[in-house]
This record gives sequence, structure tokens and C-alpha cells, in this order.
Amino acid sequence: MDKRLIGKRVVRNEDPRLLTGQAQYVDDVNLPNMAHAAMFRSEYAHARIRSIDVSKARAYPGVIAVYTAEDMGADCYPGPPLVSPPPTVKDVIFNSRRQVPLVKDKIRHAGEIIAVVIAETRYIAEDGLDLIEIEYEPLPVVADIEKALEPDSPLVHDDLDSNLAAHLVQKKGDYEAARASADAIIQRRFTIERGTAAAMENRGIVAQWDAKSEALTVWDTTQAPIPIRNGLAARLGLSESKVRVIAPFIGGGFGPKIMMFYSEEMLVPWLAIKLNRPVKWIEDRRENFYATTQERGQVHEVEMAFTRDGKILGIKDDFIHDTGAYDPYGLTTPLNTQSHVMGGYDIPNFTSEFRVAFTNKTIVTPMRGAGRPHGIYVIERMMDIAAKELGIDRVEIRRRNLIKPDAFPYEHGIIDQAFAPLIFDSGNYEAVLNETLKAVGYEKFIKEEQPRYRAEGRRVGIGVLPFIETTGVGPYEGARVTVEASGKIAVATGVGTQGQGHFTSFAQVVAEQLGVDVTDVRITTGDSAHFNWGTGTFASRGAVVAGNAMHAAATMVRKKILKLASKVLNAPEEELELEDGMVRVADIPQSSISLSDLAALANPLRGAVEPGTEPGLEATAYYGPQYGPTAFGVHAMIAEIDAETMMIKILRYVVTEDCGTILNPLILEGQIHGGVALGLGNAYYEKLHFDENAQLLNASFMDYLLVGSTEMPRIEVHHLETRSPLNELGTKGVGEAGAIPVPALFAQTMEDALYDYNLEIRETPLNPNRLFGIARKEKTA
Amino acid sequence: MEATTQKIELSVTVNGTRYERAIEPRMLLSDFLRHEIELTGTHVGCEHGVCGACSVLMDGEPVRSCLMFAVQTQGHEITTVEGLGAVDALSPVQQAFHEAHGLQCGFCTPGILTTVTAFLETNPNPSEEEVREAISGNLCRCTGYQHIVDAVLLAAKKKQAS
Repeated sequence: MDKRLIGKRVVRNEDPRLLTGQAQYVDDVNLPNMAHAAMFRSEYAHARIRSIDVSKARAYPGVIAVYTAEDMGADCYPGPPLVSPPPTVKDVIFNSRRQVPLVKDKIRHAGEIIAVVIAETRYIAEDGLDLIEIEYEPLPVVADIEKALEPDSPLVHDDLDSNLAAHLVQKKGDYEAARASADAIIQRRFTIERGTAAAMENRGIVAQWDAKSEALTVWDTTQAPIPIRNGLAARLGLSESKVRVIAPFIGGGFGPKIMMFYSEEMLVPWLAIKLNRPVKWIEDRRENFYATTQERGQVHEVEMAFTRDGKILGIKDDFIHDTGAYDPYGLTTPLNTQSHVMGGYDIPNFTSEFRVAFTNKTIVTPMRGAGRPHGIYVIERMMDIAAKELGIDRVEIRRRNLIKPDAFPYEHGIIDQAFAPLIFDSGNYEAVLNETLKAVGYEKFIKEEQPRYRAEGRRVGIGVLPFIETTGVGPYEGARVTVEASGKIAVATGVGTQGQGHFTSFAQVVAEQLGVDVTDVRITTGDSAHFNWGTGTFASRGAVVAGNAMHAAATMVRKKILKLASKVLNAPEEELELEDGMVRVADIPQSSISLSDLAALANPLRGAVEPGTEPGLEATAYYGPQYGPTAFGVHAMIAEIDAETMMIKILRYVVTEDCGTILNPLILEGQIHGGVALGLGNAYYEKLHFDENAQLLNASFMDYLLVGSTEMPRIEVHHLETRSPLNELGTKGVGEAGAIPVPALFAQTMEDALYDYNLEIRETPLNPNRLFGIARKEKTA
Repeated sequence: MEATTQKIELSVTVNGTRYERAIEPRMLLSDFLRHEIELTGTHVGCEHGVCGACSVLMDGEPVRSCLMFAVQTQGHEITTVEGLGAVDALSPVQQAFHEAHGLQCGFCTPGILTTVTAFLETNPNPSEEEVREAISGNLCRCTGYQHIVDAVLLAAKKKQAS
């Protein structure tokens, strides 16, 4: 019998509850005597608060309390910095400015909270909002990230000399020398605009204070329950053991649910203690558009140096990154961009300088892709332009520059988002490219099909391009694996789960070691009462960091099982087999013991044990990588466009992914499908439209277009497995991969489809109107 | 402003059980289901009728429970996701979603399950294109819809076989 469970297409353990409405999300927590909070948010993006009058709201029947910053007093101070600036880069500038629970004097983005109403029902709390009167003094608004850094710009933070939040330069080799010896220099400018993660579940918090035992319980839609617990305990002056944070089922995360601390996360637990009542706050969709963090705004000025046969000599990239009104998440996103602007290519000389700008917009923190799509957009657009200018086929110029299999580990000599050295651990990049070309039928399409389409007057284009994804960064995660008296396996880890299938893929890892069914492994994630060490679910790291901690803990438990069973069965450990929840002596099936009986023997109720014995069949293990593994993939697309309406139809979409060892192909494919859907949104549908006053003009699902079932093509997923040498399982992350290359691929495909327009796309997201505008301009130019 | 205190007697059947409650006329059906009778399987994603997560069946027809007042259901029959099947007795549609990995975070799933259950009653043997059209009013941010479409096609097959 094949005992391998890792790599099997196992259906998910968590599904039955989710499918029947029995899975608990934060808004499903209903507690006796629970009060409901509603937030009064600023309409202005930049304004001074002249006066606040909440007296009418306080007098409204059913309103329990109204709090402003003044009422909160000394407890109203900024949240902690989530990630500190990189200590290892010379001359880095980083001005840390963080959000507060309630704004006292100056509003820095539309949607900041000025007051909170707590009432017997949410309906009454919202009635109360209508009764609050604020007098504002509107201030000149910083809406544009380039203008933000001009000397005469208004200031988002008056105590700073400018809106510069950060400045950082990283170099490898000598770009200037490379430039001097180049045959061709290509310069371009690219703009990337904002989108939103739009998880189907908005944010929410329920906090319950037990005054008699001085214990706080918080249900939070967070991707990082343990750091939230630690931060809350510190903030509220409570012992960490008296604060329990539960991230139950979360309706999608995609990055913004790991922003620590949101104003509401500081506010709602404080209110529960203050009022000595459970308090619930559930964000609505409009609030989500203003108050949940966003991402993607950057402007790049790029230069690349090539030899005439298309070999890259170097790249110089200067960019501005929009952080919004505050920068609690440090430099993760722009550092990711820097790490990805060399793509999967062998580039000897590199200079990248970024400046981060404060603007009067919603805070920017990582969102699925997290700076990586920007880097890939820039490098892959440049490769397309270089291919045209040098007269080399676009696949061929990429092939000539991809990092070769024998060059790994490939050291870049710069630091990544985790301040660890940027090293690509392993890969077989050209094989992934070849697999994709074969799958999409590239040669045949170019030689036979496309000419036929064009003869028929149809504009059908093809795009193919590679990308890398740095994944699985530290610092660490942990897991505890226990064989329970029932013979079932209990596993706990600190990471939260937002739909990635952790209850199944982690169960596969453990079940394989312990010889049980996947359904006999019960995983608890994201509850500090069950496991209280960990950092969170981000950076495509669950399968790598938590997965390897699970594997290590399960391996330790296996050893304990074998050691004990060896004594009980009077047989050497190497002759024992773990199968079907039993330990058997090989070739003597009648000589066996169940895990259930062994668990009881390991935890005796009477009698003496040998010195040094630990009770139970249990182990806790941690995994923390020195640096993360880097995954690789190639996407290809064939799409038709109607040049009159610029409506598109995607005819083929092929993905080849190499994310090391695959834990569960079913779950992996689901992750890729979802990533591509977000990527298509970022390419052609989703854009947050801010006006010159930094007012969001499309803050609803009627105006902000998410990709629907009729826009999505069928995606064909292929796999190659180059195991990562960095961890026991050989895994690399994949959670964000699907989204990363899509805007660049879309641009390449559109240029190819609109071949008679001499089109050069240098911005994303596009939409039919915008593409029509660019195409017309280029044609008449 | 006066607090809205006037309450109306509502009698409605949900998943075969009759509920009688005195409620404010402004109470949304979604809030009634979730917080008055604690059937929290119905989820609220946008509260403006676009995402479809809150879809339930009224007399067998899909409706958006965030766009209806609870009092509008007076005397009607509502089916929520809890009424489709149970953990140990999944409906053919639920079973197909399990087998085809038609859900990830599960938040949009209840609205999709109710929509699809009604759809397969009227179109028991749909094409892929018809399936995509049928679920085009339900947003999902996790799956890219492919496994959902596969699940609906599988559910149709299961229902026909049974």
C-alpha cells in the first residue's frame, strides 16, 4: 500500500462545516448582553477638526456610550510598528508614523475614525452616527504620489520636513560601468495604480471582558492572532495568558487582514473593558473601501542595459511607492518590488532606489502579491520592449537571460522583505518555460493560427512570460502534535487560516508520519489558547514555515511512538510499521497495538515511570528559515480583442508552476486559480479611482469591478517540482503566485493582439476605455 | 430624530420551522436570519445586493436577503444554507462542492449553494456557459470560479444519476 499522503489530491477536512453554515466566522459570535459599535469616519481626506459635538448621539434612546479621542484620554496613542526598518542597509531613511484608535486633531485620510457609538443594536448605533456634528477645516490634499514629494507639497505629517516616509538604495555590481559597455540602453516610465483586496468577508471584532477573572477574549478577522494577542496584552496592561485571541474561520484575507493594529483592533477591546460588556463591531463594505488597507500605487523610472544579442548587462530602477497616510507595515512592499524587479534573470549589475511617500489616502500594506507584481510588471514590460527594439523573439530574449539550473543557490547580494539575503535557492526555470510553450502550443500559434486569425480580420494575441515569487520567509512558526486517548491526532499551530486548506494539507503532513487517515488529524489554527507562539499567515509561508514545523513535530511524535511500541511489543523499532492508526511488527500482523492504547500507556494514571520520562505522545516543534525559498512559474495567455469596444475574450490560459514539493494538487490549483482571478482584476477591471481631493469615487461593488464567473477563463495548470533544499518537506510557497505575472502578461498579449496599433502599454490597471484611449493615441502618433 | 421602536409581528417559515417574532420594519432579512433566529450560515458581504453571499431561497427562488426587509417575507417560506443539508448528510450540491474543491474560505459559499440548488431545479443539465451565467451574480474572491463551475456540473451529474 502507498503510504504517501503528501502530494495526494485529498478533499478538504474543513468543507462539511463550511458547506452547511456551521463554520463560525467573527460576525457569527453572538454573546449575551452584547453591545454594537459603529464608527464615525471622516469625509475629508485632509482636514483639521475644529469641534466635535456628540451630545445628541449620546442622548439618543438605545445609545450606551459615545467616545472621542478626548474621552479616551491617555489610552489614545498610536499602534505599534509592525515591521521595523531594515537595519542592514546603509543610509536608510524611515519615518515611522502610525494610526491611532481615534483621531483627535488632524484627519489624514478619508475614513479615519473620529468617534465611536456603542448601542444596544447596530441599527441604533448607526442612527447615532447621524447625530454627530463635526466642524472641519479642510486642508490642501496630497493625492498624487509624485507631487507629494515636490518641495511645495502640503504635509501629511506636519512634524516632518516633507512627505518622505522612507528612502532606500540597494546595489549589486556596477550599473554605470555596465551601461558604458552596453550596445543598447532602454528607458521607460511605468505607473501602477491602487486596488483593493476585497475579501468577501469584511473585517470584524468581538471583544468580551470577564472582570472577575480579568480575562479578555477577542474574536478578530486577523491573519496574525498571536501578535494581536501580545500587542493587546501590552497595550491594555494585561498578562498575555489573560488575553485570548481567536481568528476563527476568516472569509478571505489576501494581506490586509494582517495590518497590526487597525484602529478598531485597538478600540473595540478597550471599549469592552471600559463598558464591561461584550462589544461587536462589523465593518460594512463601504468602510472596507476606505478603512481596510490597500496596495499597488507606484511610479517607476527604469533603465536597462543590453548587449545587441539581448543579454542583460544591468538594470537601474528608481521608484516612488505610495504608503498612504501612515506606514505601520514598514518597507515590506517596496522591498518586495526591489527583490522582483530582476525577475528570474541573471542580472549582474543592479541599482534600485526607492522613495516612499505619505499621501492623504488609505494606508498601504501588502495585498496578495505584495509589491511583487510591480517588480515583475517592470522587468517583463522592459523585456518585451527590448525584444522589439533589438529584433529578438520575446521568448528567445527571456530564454537567453533566465538563471541556469547550475547557478543555484543564486545570490543577489541585496536584502529581501525579511531583511534576509535575497538568494534564490533552487529551480529549473527553462524547463518550466518549455513546458508552458508546449502546453499552449506557442510555435504553432505563431506560425499557423495567428496568421489565419489575422487574415480573417480577428485580433488574437499570445503572451508568455516568467516570474519568480520569494516565499516562506521567517521568522518562525510552530506546531504541537498530540496523539489523543481516542487515537485521533490533535494539532495546533499559531497561524490563522483564511481558506488555504490548512485543515487538510497540514493534516496530510502529519498523517503521513503517523500512519493515520487525513480525517483523523484535527487541526486548530489561530487560537492563542491552543498555541501561543507564531507570527501569522503572510508572504506565502503557511506550507513552508508552519508546514515544516508540523512535519518536525510529527516526526518527533513518530519517534516517541516507535520507542514506546518497541518496548510494549518487544520488537526493534526498525521492524515497526505505523498504519491505520496501529503500530505493527512487520510480517507479524497479530503483534500490534493501537495508537489509542499507546497514548494511554504513555500517560499512566498510577505507577512509576523512568526518570526523565515526558508524559504523552506529544511534541512541539518550530521551524525558522535563514531565508525563504523562491518559487518560479510561467503563465501564457491567448486572447481575442474587439478593437471597437476593447472587450476581451480569453481563449486559453496556461500556468506552469514550480513551488517545490506539492502537498495537495487540488488545493494548489485552487490557489492558482484565485490568484489569476485577482491578477486579471488588477490588469483590466479593478482600479480605485481617487479624485484630486483623494476622495474615492468607486467605493462599492457596483463601481469597483471584481472579476466574475463570466470573465474568468478556464485555467490549465501544469506542475514541475524542484524541491527546495532549504527545508525538510522541500516546499516553496504559492499563495500569491497566481496574481503576480498577470498584469504584465495581459499587456504583452494585448500588444500582440492589437498588432496593427503599434501599442506600448506602460500602465496598469487598464480597462476598455483606457486601452481604447492609448490605442488611438499610439495609432495616430 | 426618533428611535424606530414600532414593531411588527412577523410569521415566517425558515427551513421548515415557523418563526414568530416582533421586529422593527427596517430590519433586513439578512439580519433577521443571522441575528434574530441565529441562522448564521447566511453571510453578508456587501449589503448592497452585488456580491450574492446573502442569497437565500424564498418559495424556492433566489433572493438577496440584504436587499429585503424581513417583514416582506410574511407568510413565505425561506430556505437558507442550513436547510440544504447537514454535516453528515450533505445535499448533492454540497457534496459536489466538497469533491470538486468548489470553496476555499467558504464565505461566499452559502449564497452560491442556494443559487445553484434553485438553478439545477430549472436547468438539470446545464452547459458550462449556462453555469457561468447562473453564478455570475455571485462574487468569489478565492477560487477564480473554476472549481465552482466544476462542482455545479458535477452536482448536475449526481442529481441526474440519483
